[in-house]
Amino acid sequence: MALTDRVTRTGGLTATPSSSALKRRRRGAETRAGYAFLAPWLLGFLALTAGPMLASLYLAFTDYNLFSAPEWIGLDNFRTLLEDPRFAQSAKVTVIYALVGTPVKLVAALAVAMLLNNARRGQGFYRSVFYAPSLIGASVSIAIVWKAMFIDRGIIDQIGQNFGFEAGGWVGNPSMTMPMFVLLATWQFGAPMVIFLAGLKQIPAELYEASSVDGAGPVRKFFSITLPMLSPVLFFNLLLETINSFQVFASAFIISGGTGGPAGSTLFYTLYLYMRGFVDFRMGYASAMAWVLVVVVGLLTLIFFRTSRYWVHYSGEAK
Amino acid sequence: MSTDQVVTGTAAAVSHESSAQLRRRNRSRSRLGSVGFHVGSLALTAVVLYPALWMLMSSLKPSSEIVGNVSLVPTGASLDNFVTALNGIGGVSFWTFFWNSVILAVGSVVGIALSSSVSAYAFARINFPGRNLWFSLMIGTLLLPFHVVIIPQYIVFNNLGLVNTFVPLLIGKFLAAEAFFVFLMVQFMRNLPRELDEAARIDGAGHIRIFTAIMLPLMKPALVTASIFAFIWSWNDFFGPLLYLKDPSLFSLPVALRIFVDQTSTSDYGAQMAMAVLALIPVLLFFLVFQRYLVAGVATQGLKG
Repeated sequence: MALTDRVTRTGGLTATPSSSALKRRRRGAETRAGYAFLAPWLLGFLALTAGPMLASLYLAFTDYNLFSAPEWIGLDNFRTLLEDPRFAQSAKVTVIYALVGTPVKLVAALAVAMLLNNARRGQGFYRSVFYAPSLIGASVSIAIVWKAMFIDRGIIDQIGQNFGFEAGGWVGNPSMTMPMFVLLATWQFGAPMVIFLAGLKQIPAELYEASSVDGAGPVRKFFSITLPMLSPVLFFNLLLETINSFQVFASAFIISGGTGGPAGSTLFYTLYLYMRGFVDFRMGYASAMAWVLVVVVGLLTLIFFRTSRYWVHYSGEAK
Repeated sequence: MSTDQVVTGTAAAVSHESSAQLRRRNRSRSRLGSVGFHVGSLALTAVVLYPALWMLMSSLKPSSEIVGNVSLVPTGASLDNFVTALNGIGGVSFWTFFWNSVILAVGSVVGIALSSSVSAYAFARINFPGRNLWFSLMIGTLLLPFHVVIIPQYIVFNNLGLVNTFVPLLIGKFLAAEAFFVFLMVQFMRNLPRELDEAARIDGAGHIRIFTAIMLPLMKPALVTASIFAFIWSWNDFFGPLLYLKDPSLFSLPVALRIFVDQTSTSDYGAQMAMAVLALIPVLLFFLVFQRYLVAGVATQGLKG
């Protein structure tokens, strides 16, 4: 930047500026304007993202409690992680939630989107109503409501009993907390549903008409037309929802009272990281956890994109 | 990348049935189908709305009537729970928390609208060396887990004596740290005709003038969408305020709610429900007023709620 600056300035000083000097001066002005407009983001990126990322990478190899200087301990944090049963538990809870909650939520979203897509009237209304939980689902208010609904001998227990299902409590029962969180995730099917719906509208009706002429039934149409045509949207939803599922915090914090209980069954990864970093002030350890997550998310994203060419179909591209 | 697909995809027009014969057959089928559709959709609406209605109705009931009461209708509705909730916690009134939340949310909206639109202009409309590199770094942060920056950020804000102020919660908004909003605006700006700025350029307008006089007015839909999401996300945010706000008089509503739940005896569900309702009202109002923008925003940008 400084160099181009100087070049343009000397260019400007010559008595008869040639056209190339003019062009250079113009480019210098563009560069200055570009960086001036970019400044807010650039400053934020360097000070609030890139800098902290490097700092937490360093801290991951130290023992640091905020009050005394960080002490370099090499790979000790990562070794401790491997032997920490609570870390293993938090990883297990989060992976199960991602593996179960994401598909359940997306299947619900796709099913409702297909239901709405056929509607002539009322589609806008239902779409808005179904979308609403996505806006408030991660809030503390809804966590409180969820806890009150799923409390032992609460209303969900009773509704279950009416259908002959004895859950034995949800909030206080380690084997039922995960289904409770999956239901909370599924309740927020609206956001991916809206995206699916936008995707469904792009599928040309001629495809369905042609397949009707060929005698294809609804199941065949779904697997041969809807699913392939929708695969880019499915890819997008799957990637985003999977990564979002690693970020569960407020609901787990409120429902378990900040403990991750009962029996560690709600010890989501983010909650455990918070407890280590900001309750125990073991910031080196928490940084190591954060970097493990970054590596996992990075690998997942890579796998998603690498495998996408085998199952994501982009129309217009030769098959 | 995949977002691009969705964004460009939705711009295309929806095709419709061509032959009259097909249309007639569809119509007779849709008579029957439409009844089934509405029955199914209404049943689903009831399921989806039940938790919200149950919360609202529970807030009107005495606590003893809430747990295990499936019915929505209170036997004797009263606003006692709301009186308890409005009293606040430990001498701090509910309205203090409410205003703190308003300040944070409005600050977020202003910060994000300003910083994201300015930065997006650089990405979308100015040619300068390094632009593509910075753009791919910005895209890279879209999926970056926030966990990896919060610890060093906390350490720095702590050393600067800024813990227990709103600065750590707002500074990122004024520095476009949430890449989603920048991306949303870049996408929007790229779809605006370039002839507009070229004409202005020939008339001698500089970037500042092009941005303020041409781009900003045209970007209203994107600004509105971004502002609504910025408001709601800030309003619901729990992690940030939990980290940085220690003094009860600075609490935003979500953190106050948590303390309220911890402090009231666990059986006082009525007051908890009342406070939960009060905390959600602004979000629901926003939703009712702006739902078209919200749903359109999700459909085109894949924004998460």
